[in-house]
Amino acid sequence: MSSEAAAGAAATRPTALSVRGVRKYFGDHAVLQGIDLDVAEHEVVVLIGASGSGKSTLLRTVNLLEPVDDGQIFLREDDITDPRADPDAVRARIGVVFQHYNLFPHLRVIDNVTLASRKVFKVSKAEAEAKGLALLERIGLADKARSYPDRLSGGQQQRVAIVRAIATDPELLLLDEITSALDPVLVGEVLDLVRDLKEGGSTILMATHEMGFARRVADRVVFLAGGRIVEAGTPEQIFNAPEHAETREFLARLHL
Amino acid sequence: MSLLTPRREPVDRPAPSAVELERRAYRRRAQIRSVVVGTASTLAFAGAVVLALRLSPGWEDVKSSFFDVSIGLDALPAILDGLWLNIRVLVVATVAVAIVGSALALARTLRGPVFAPVRLAAAAYTDIFRGMPLLIVLYLVGFGVPGLNLFGRVPAEVWGTVAITLTYSSYVAEVLRAGIEAVHPSQRLAARSLGLSHGRTMRLVVLPQAVRKVTPALMNDFVSMQKDVGLISILGAVDAIRSAQRVVTDTYNFTPYVVAGLVFVALSWPLIRVSDWLSARARAREQIGGAV
Repeated sequence: MSSEAAAGAAATRPTALSVRGVRKYFGDHAVLQGIDLDVAEHEVVVLIGASGSGKSTLLRTVNLLEPVDDGQIFLREDDITDPRADPDAVRARIGVVFQHYNLFPHLRVIDNVTLASRKVFKVSKAEAEAKGLALLERIGLADKARSYPDRLSGGQQQRVAIVRAIATDPELLLLDEITSALDPVLVGEVLDLVRDLKEGGSTILMATHEMGFARRVADRVVFLAGGRIVEAGTPEQIFNAPEHAETREFLARLHL
Repeated sequence: MSLLTPRREPVDRPAPSAVELERRAYRRRAQIRSVVVGTASTLAFAGAVVLALRLSPGWEDVKSSFFDVSIGLDALPAILDGLWLNIRVLVVATVAVAIVGSALALARTLRGPVFAPVRLAAAAYTDIFRGMPLLIVLYLVGFGVPGLNLFGRVPAEVWGTVAITLTYSSYVAEVLRAGIEAVHPSQRLAARSLGLSHGRTMRLVVLPQAVRKVTPALMNDFVSMQKDVGLISILGAVDAIRSAQRVVTDTYNFTPYVVAGLVFVALSWPLIRVSDWLSARARAREQIGGAV
């Protein structure tokens, strides 16, 4: 059986995430038409492509926010698309940052950051807050710990959202167009933080429209169109010498 | 897609893999298992309730004075006749509540010092009628107002309708006001920036969104009103409950009350289902593609 072969292959690889033949349909519309993608540990993989190419849907299937219609997704060696897997346990191993930050407006910054540690991982409040404060310190927002999110700028909120996602040391970080809702002036501070995370050894799968950033931070760039991976390679390959006409057209439309 | 036609894979959809087929089979089994468990636990619970009733020492007496089928059937025509009055009162009261409630809600949202008296009067009205028990309002309106001898002879159900309208208008006004305030201020800004007046902004932009937000709460108030129209019986109106009461005093058997109660449940049941369905649909629309 091919699934067993795939499972065996995934078990022997040092991959953090392995996506195998994933398909997803919304009604009759095929959003993902058989995606195969590996993300090694400490690797930063950047998904690029037009709106509707399937980038966000792919990220959502990895976090089990969308059930797949076919194919498998392995986190380390665990098949997380198996209906017997506990989706909450899987999601606890993955950190997600959304386009619109999605901070909880009724909780202070520090409580946003420590919520999962305290309630999911049962870390003591003192310990969770010490770690949360240390993380906030690193992004220069320790003085905002007791503020509510609506007192923060968009860039600050997004950095808090990133800290919230990494506070539980997830095995994988999913970043879904995290700078799309930000002022151009504020994009830099968020991207600097992502670069810090990369240097700290985080495994990251991200979707972005920031080609300049993709070029600087990505170990591998994956170009999606119509729910398929058209081309994947190093940033130099994709941006300087794209092989496929579709990739060239996409990049040309961005005036790169 | 109809339930009767088999689910068809679109042409460009490749056949599902073995893994996917196994997953589907597992999900199907899990679903069947949950249906079986649910049915079994429901039956067990119902059995326990029936058993507890049967085993209680007074069951035979309760059964004969509350669940006498022949007395219930005899009382049913009179109760249904009475229910027709309840339904007419309900229809009139619903229209009246919609008008008065909206007017009160709008009065409370008026801006500017000129409207301060209107705002205050509306606030005072809702405060008083939300706080006062419906029963008291019924007594005051049903026995007090006719006592003024201003209107000649007016049937009790008319005063009942007025009392219910007074009380429920205050509830509905508050629900609508909450809905109006829940519409994001940016919507008002956008409408005013198009040159729409305050009134048009309310009517064309704010109210449609507000009503959608509070539909479940409004439905809840409606269902609640549907049963409270039964209270007009205390004014002497011959409605379903009064008709049941007449049989009760004749037979010294409470079964007609049980019948009247069931008739009210039957009356409100379709609407409860519809309102559940509406709120489920609204929820589904707001969280497109959300699996959690």
